Amino acid sequence: MTATEVTWELFEEEIERPPLTPAQLAWRRFRQHKMAMMGAGLLIAIILYVTAGAFFYSEADANYTDLSIKLSPPSWAHPFGTDLVGRDILARTIYGGQISIVIGILAVVVSLVVGVLIGAMAGFYGGIVDSILMRFTEAIFNIPQLFLLIVLAKFLGGKVPNLQFLGRTFSGSVVVIIGVIGLTSWMYLARIVRASFLSLKEQEFVTAARCLGARNASLIFEHILPNTIAPIIVAATLEVASAIISEAYVSFLGLGVQPPTATWGNMLDQAYHHLETEPWMWFFPGMLILLTVLGINFVGDGLRDALDPRALVEAK
Amino acid sequence: MTRYVTRRILQVVPLLLIISVILFALINLMGDPLASFGGRQRLRAKDRERLTRQLGLDKPILVQYVIWLVGNDWMEVDLDGDGIPDQYGTRQGVLRGDFGKSFVEKRPVLDIIGERVPNTLLLMLTSEVAILVFSLLIGIYSALRQYSVLDYVFTAFSFIGYSMPVFWLALILMYVFAVNFKRWGLPYFPTVGMYDLAVGPTVGQVLWHLILPLVTVSVISIAGYSRYVRAQMLEVINQDYIRTARAKGLPRRMVVLDHALKNAALPLVTIVGMDVPLLLSGAVVTESIFAWPGMGRLFWDAAIDTDIPVLMGILVIISVLVVLFQIITDIAYTFLDPRIRYD
Repeated sequence: MTATEVTWELFEEEIERPPLTPAQLAWRRFRQHKMAMMGAGLLIAIILYVTAGAFFYSEADANYTDLSIKLSPPSWAHPFGTDLVGRDILARTIYGGQISIVIGILAVVVSLVVGVLIGAMAGFYGGIVDSILMRFTEAIFNIPQLFLLIVLAKFLGGKVPNLQFLGRTFSGSVVVIIGVIGLTSWMYLARIVRASFLSLKEQEFVTAARCLGARNASLIFEHILPNTIAPIIVAATLEVASAIISEAYVSFLGLGVQPPTATWGNMLDQAYHHLETEPWMWFFPGMLILLTVLGINFVGDGLRDALDPRALVEAK
Repeated sequence: MTRYVTRRILQVVPLLLIISVILFALINLMGDPLASFGGRQRLRAKDRERLTRQLGLDKPILVQYVIWLVGNDWMEVDLDGDGIPDQYGTRQGVLRGDFGKSFVEKRPVLDIIGERVPNTLLLMLTSEVAILVFSLLIGIYSALRQYSVLDYVFTAFSFIGYSMPVFWLALILMYVFAVNFKRWGLPYFPTVGMYDLAVGPTVGQVLWHLILPLVTVSVISIAGYSRYVRAQMLEVINQDYIRTARAKGLPRRMVVLDHALKNAALPLVTIVGMDVPLLLSGAVVTESIFAWPGMGRLFWDAAIDTDIPVLMGILVIISVLVVLFQIITDIAYTFLDPRIRYD
């Protein structure tokens, strides 16, 4: 009698601990990655700063100009000081941060769509489609991104009207910058997607799906694409960081998001002229960009280690 | 090897053609090149029409591209802008080395770019040397003294440096080394231009002005590559042949520099070759901030004025450079690593 109970208990224990899914394994490895957790903490803090901060400062505060206190240094009333027209820099970094982060994420979404489509087409169909798409990719890859950014930002600048969204007015240039950054940064993604497709499409599960009558679209998006997700996630995460920096570059050169919408980048735009006397004007937005990018890079590194299929085998 | 090089160069030709088509289309859509022609006044409609014809901007974009590429001395063009083609054109086209004339300065594009190229090269080559020297030094040190205090300091420095926007770094450097050093009565670095106008372009002046832009351009790359060298060194240094070299009693210096570094630094060649576009992008921002009269700044000025010939000239030259560097990198690799053969 007792013997059967013991085996029953063991059996139950096994039911309670099903084998870990790949996602759980990845999460385990990610948690052990100190830098990645630090980066995640940093990112959460920044996201809290730009979201919870909105409860303390309204957008009207961020755009409220008071010439009598223009260019005043950091004080209790204005912890980060005020800018050229007396706007509170702390409030502007909160709202500017929202836009900067949204631009970073949406630009990567654009580049994901373009990059995955082109990479998947080229890798899946091969032959002439592959040659044409990859020559095109290579051609754009060879032009330094900032030059393309400047040309495209100037081309599209001022052509999109202001937008109303969630009761707030956004400069149309936000959309332009998202598109421009997205359209100049998909090449790397296209390459890794193509490389994964080239090896995956020869595997048995693809042949099996094809034999069951799956159409090409279903093969690409339902069968092969999910298997390439790990390198895509890593590349896309790191891409968010460079998109935020790109936004800052373009805005710094004056072609970025236009006022009244603030971003961390365009807050730095005028700062150059206040280098000597008003360092608070450029220090805080730049510091926030640095911290955000640092956090994303840490998380990206952690994800790479966590999602690496070779690492998955080692993790128990 | 010769066959490989020939094949690569032959592949480059269509690639550059595709690049030039994409760029030409983009830049011609970019804006109205005549917008800055009248100075502060608006151009009269009649003048605008005449200028459009004289500059050949009234032709379909494909024709404009062909003229840009092969010139217009084989066709009759409308030089006085009255709408009737009257004489043969004088442009030779890019394929024969004629990049056209700047819309703004009315001088040959190659002359304008030629004046700027040495300045950009000076900045880029010295940066590249600084990048290599410092990332190797830091990387080797960190690998040999793994988990030492300095290793952690360098690691922290490299993560921060790698995440830093170039222009913000420039602002900080200017604030500390120019503004505050001046305030504290220390010798301070200049922040504008290549030399003091009162002194003139002497070697000392240019070097003195070079330091801040140089640091700005190279810090970010040093941050990335020192990590890379460290990782490579750590991988190499634990291999059997290093233990053999040590065991047979070679001096440590020789083991590190001769046996380990040679293999560890190999992949660095590739990234240095691929680095050219990155450095050029960095140069646009850096040159704009420090008023360094190089190609990056020229591009920026030309972009504001929509000076199509200058923009095309710069972008084509950059694309050629980028593609050439890739080939040189691949070839250099075969010399450095005999295991790699392309034939």
